[in-house]
Amino acid sequence: MANSEYTKPLPRQLEPELTDPFWEGTKRGELLIPHCSFCAEFFWYPREACPHCLQPGWEWVPVSGRARLHTYTVVHQPAHPAFADDVPYAFAVIQLDEGIRMMSNVVECDIPNGLEINMPLEVVFDTVTDDWTLVKFKPLVS
Amino acid sequence: MGIRGKAAIVGLYEIPTKKEYPDRTTYGLMAEVARGAIIDAGLRKEDIDGLIGPESLNSIQLAEALGMQPRFTASMTVHGASGAASIARAAEAISAGIVDYVMCIFGESRPRSSSRLTAQAQAGTQLPPASRTTEWEVPYGPVIAMNGWYGLMKQRHMFEYGTTQEQFAKVVVDQRFNAAKNVNSVWYDQPVTVDDVLNSRYTNEPLHLLESVMPCSGAHAVIVTSAERARALPNPPVYILGVGGPATHHDIIYTDDDITTTPVVDSAPTALQMAQVNARDIQMAQFYDCYTILAMACLEDAGIVQKGEIGPFYESTDTTYKGAFPVNTDGGQIGAGQTGGTGGGFRHVVEAARQIMGRAGERQVKEADLCLVNG
Ligand SMILES: [Zn+2]
Repeated sequence: MANSEYTKPLPRQLEPELTDPFWEGTKRGELLIPHCSFCAEFFWYPREACPHCLQPGWEWVPVSGRARLHTYTVVHQPAHPAFADDVPYAFAVIQLDEGIRMMSNVVECDIPNGLEINMPLEVVFDTVTDDWTLVKFKPLVS
Repeated sequence: MGIRGKAAIVGLYEIPTKKEYPDRTTYGLMAEVARGAIIDAGLRKEDIDGLIGPESLNSIQLAEALGMQPRFTASMTVHGASGAASIARAAEAISAGIVDYVMCIFGESRPRSSSRLTAQAQAGTQLPPASRTTEWEVPYGPVIAMNGWYGLMKQRHMFEYGTTQEQFAKVVVDQRFNAAKNVNSVWYDQPVTVDDVLNSRYTNEPLHLLESVMPCSGAHAVIVTSAERARALPNPPVYILGVGGPATHHDIIYTDDDITTTPVVDSAPTALQMAQVNARDIQMAQFYDCYTILAMACLEDAGIVQKGEIGPFYESTDTTYKGAFPVNTDGGQIGAGQTGGTGGGFRHVVEAARQIMGRAGERQVKEADLCLVNG
């Protein structure tokens, strides 16, 4: 379902050597999160040294993709014009079951009426171009 | 311990905050308020041996442009907190005996709106430098300015504490009432009602346009000196009794706590303990207010009210300059405008000093000896 006319901003990496494995993982349908080998904490965003213990040894660990909606805002005026056709959409803070929080969108959901803080979510992988698969979340159907 | 009462603000000056000063430069505005503040303090330019300015201007270039030879300079890099933090740094340098008179100065003449539009059009075709943001946030469609982050914070506050849209709107109404009486404010003589706020459009639900600041041009400056020197100068000294200011995270989502809790939970007790003052004794507050939710959450975290009680507090309290607990008596940023060059967060310092000196005119708060300022 790659779309060659995708005009929204793609991820632009500050430290590609560090985060390439994350984006390789999303292409395989895996959500990988940094997990410290010393203090055994997950952390987000990826950086060379663990922010908890400042030691550099950590691994990419696959996680369940189960999450909760920590908070959200329904966007009417996006910063980037390419999102104009999507309004209103949900720009959200996602709290993974492993504890870390990341920014993403809630999709496959009635906006805004289907959104509720703390609702259970699960990861979906959105392949937007041949090179990029974004991590998004949808309501968990149990 | 600490710097309690060792330094004081002795002079201040500001020019009106406007959407733009089309024929003026940033250095021109800075020179105007520098001169005004020095005269107001009863000093000469040669007396000033410390200079603290915004991140947007290198402090040595600023000294050079103003023809000053300070022994101590700093550019503050804590965004909106820069103005308030500059007072802490000035008081510390003075207390340590490093300098005698420090000028803290913030402001900007923003580019004309026409040239801003051109720049935005060009920016649309140019990519910003890669950053943590461009990798982990931008692909998901952030909102204009900082509106997204504070919309997220507001949503969570409404969920946890039941804070209502009307309560948020009351913050704007009270501050615009103050701004309407402040000739230096961008919204002079333009009060609004709760309905005006609720009927303004959502940039991002639940955040209304009128709950957001308008970026503006302008400048503000104050002079800080030792308590001893202050007593020989013409203005009533505004003593700095306590300061506190942790820097724990750059973006809301990377706090370990709930995102409705701000670093003020740490900075306010630190400042109050140094000042030997109880939060209950504070007579008024000048609190950073880029958006309603931030000022409200910070007032809670400072202990002015219990966590989660700020909505009912606003509903039942007149927070105008006439009220039981005045907040942002010059209009704050929401009412008076967000001066560029992090001057928006400095207006709270300037207004606190003006009130304590008893120079606020029609907006003068009756009991104005003890003010809590948050940047
Ligand atoms: Zn660790």
